[in-house]
Amino acid sequence: MSTFLGLPTAPAGVGHLRGSEPFPVAARRALADTQLRRNLAKATSTIRAKRARVVAELPDWEELREAGRAIKAHTLAHLDTYLEQLESQVTARGGTVHWARDAPEANRIVTGLVRSAMATEVVKVKSITTDEIGLNDALAAAGISAVETDLAELIVQLDHDRPSHILVPAIHKNRSEIREIFLREMADVDPGLTDVPAALTQAARQHLRRKFLSAKVGISGANFAVAETGTLCVVESEGNGRMCLTLPDTLITVMGIEKVIPRWADLGVFLQLLPRSATGERMNPYTSMWTGVTPGDGPQDFHLVLLDNGRTAALADPDGRPALSCIRCSACLNVCPVYERVGGHAYGSVYPGPIGAILSPLLTGIEDNASLPYASSLCGACYEACPVKIDIPSILVEQRARHVEATHGRSAEAITMAAAAWAMSDPARFAAAQRGGQLGRLLARHGVIRRLPSPLSGWTAARDAPAPPRETFRQWWRRTGRP
Amino acid sequence: MRIALFATCLADTLYPRVAKATVRLLERLGHEVVFPAASTCCGQMHVNTGYQRAALPLIRHYVDTFAGFEAIVVPSGSCTGSIRYQHAMVAGRLGDSRLAVRATKVAARTHELSELLVDVLGVTDVGAYFPHRVTYHPTCHSLRLLQVGDRPLTLLRHVAGIELVPLPDAESCCGFGGTFAVKNSDVSTAILADKMRNVLATGAEFCTAGDSSCLMHIGGGLSRLRTGTRTVHLAEILASTPADR
Repeated sequence: MSTFLGLPTAPAGVGHLRGSEPFPVAARRALADTQLRRNLAKATSTIRAKRARVVAELPDWEELREAGRAIKAHTLAHLDTYLEQLESQVTARGGTVHWARDAPEANRIVTGLVRSAMATEVVKVKSITTDEIGLNDALAAAGISAVETDLAELIVQLDHDRPSHILVPAIHKNRSEIREIFLREMADVDPGLTDVPAALTQAARQHLRRKFLSAKVGISGANFAVAETGTLCVVESEGNGRMCLTLPDTLITVMGIEKVIPRWADLGVFLQLLPRSATGERMNPYTSMWTGVTPGDGPQDFHLVLLDNGRTAALADPDGRPALSCIRCSACLNVCPVYERVGGHAYGSVYPGPIGAILSPLLTGIEDNASLPYASSLCGACYEACPVKIDIPSILVEQRARHVEATHGRSAEAITMAAAAWAMSDPARFAAAQRGGQLGRLLARHGVIRRLPSPLSGWTAARDAPAPPRETFRQWWRRTGRP
Repeated sequence: MRIALFATCLADTLYPRVAKATVRLLERLGHEVVFPAASTCCGQMHVNTGYQRAALPLIRHYVDTFAGFEAIVVPSGSCTGSIRYQHAMVAGRLGDSRLAVRATKVAARTHELSELLVDVLGVTDVGAYFPHRVTYHPTCHSLRLLQVGDRPLTLLRHVAGIELVPLPDAESCCGFGGTFAVKNSDVSTAILADKMRNVLATGAEFCTAGDSSCLMHIGGGLSRLRTGTRTVHLAEILASTPADR
């Protein structure tokens, strides 16, 4: 039995870790979106096939996964040491480190830094952590406009929409929808724009180039931070991130505290695991690394904001801690039968899919994301695909238990479950319950039941239920005089 | 060999033909099957729905009932997975370390049907006859928790008269997931729709698997749509002989 240490979770009312409605309700609406279903099925099956191909190429894939898991487990067990080492290395190389206990504090720090740089517009890349804390809203409130430069993030921002995938935030959009968004929202777009991918990319390129050349401040997330050298690392596919990280005078990186890794050599493991798991590529196209400030080259003012926002609470939970090993590759989303059908918005958090279903409740506390641990059939495809071997199904089951224990068994479901356990822990009571169940034959026609009362009505909405047989197995066993 | 049958609460109550087929098959292969009258349920539904405390008496009951047997067979990958990977974990989490140790020992002697046949009894041709077009769905827990691999398919390939056809996208979940099918019935149905599409695309008369629960789900959908395609448990195919025709 684990002990809750009472560490603070991510505060409510700021950022995007909580949905406005329970998962089953949001999912039902998503399921009815034909275009979304088509886009998701096509995109996830394409990435799944690519990933499977490049993973199969590596004879030591399982050893790499184990190395990734072990490095992360070691780092999390010594997180305090590595974070302080990172701070001293970044500081020694001319950077400034800020510690933010939660979203409001991080937003205050970043807003203050942008103001000090006298900027009213910032360019952004790798934005999921800043999306977690609602940074763009905080900047807007301070009169600062934030421009997303990752192509998919830009599409989502222009459409006033929300990202629906960790790595492919606009996975729910197809190219004709993207063309319509550009024509509607991009002031400087060519009205003859077609939906050919190259034309769409060119339009975004021209739009963003102007932003890059004028921006004084860049804001980024980070994939990794190496404690021994103070080096930050961002991986991306477009080169827009590279421009964000090198052109502005001031660079602010907002990073969850779990992203630190001990040694430079550890990157050798993760830079093999991440691209193959994420986009199905052997090597990542643009890998940007920087260490503090280099006079005369790149940003001359570098700030690293280390964000907690519920991570220490997750760290203190021995069952939930492995969720902090996540390297945000999205392999679990792409193989998940639930995610593939409902997309990311139904999860209500910036972290959707199987990893989101465990990470979001860990960061917010289970009571604020109580429906997410149930948003899984426990098929195990996520665990199988995870490059750092996070046993997501077991953590989901554990979080369900936390939720049930927090409600103290007072729901109708809890009473049913308790009654079922009482009946089934004794063979005489079980046999009696089976005889009672055989009355269900009264509901059956031609051997099946077409309609059951709530809560089983969800089953019979689309599936027949079997009629209980005249004779249970144990009745047959006894009748035929077996031992 | 003397083999104890854990019928599972689902097969005992709703699919006695699956448990009977398991008995018939093992007896035909020359083994003695016993069904401990005390056996009930493994507690998986409780554990997976969050009711670990309620599951604890069920786990204790399973361990008490089957502790004295050298080999236990279960016609379900999912229940075997729960016994092997959840029983000791739940007992340990709730502070009963003695039960956890006993549960680990009993779990080591508990085998899913295809595991028992291939690994323990060393048989791949069980002398079955099933002259039908059949497709096999590898259920998630037999595939990913137990890693039964191609044991069920090896057994099926040796069945006389069978026409085995591969199931497209076979390793995708059918959408059952225990209480998931009720709590998230819409999502579950959407996943099922694709599984049924793939089953029907094979033109098979029967979809088979090693779990009555997943088959109840797939079969419930196939029946509702009057597809004419049915589900049949692996044990039922392996138990079939020409005398059954």
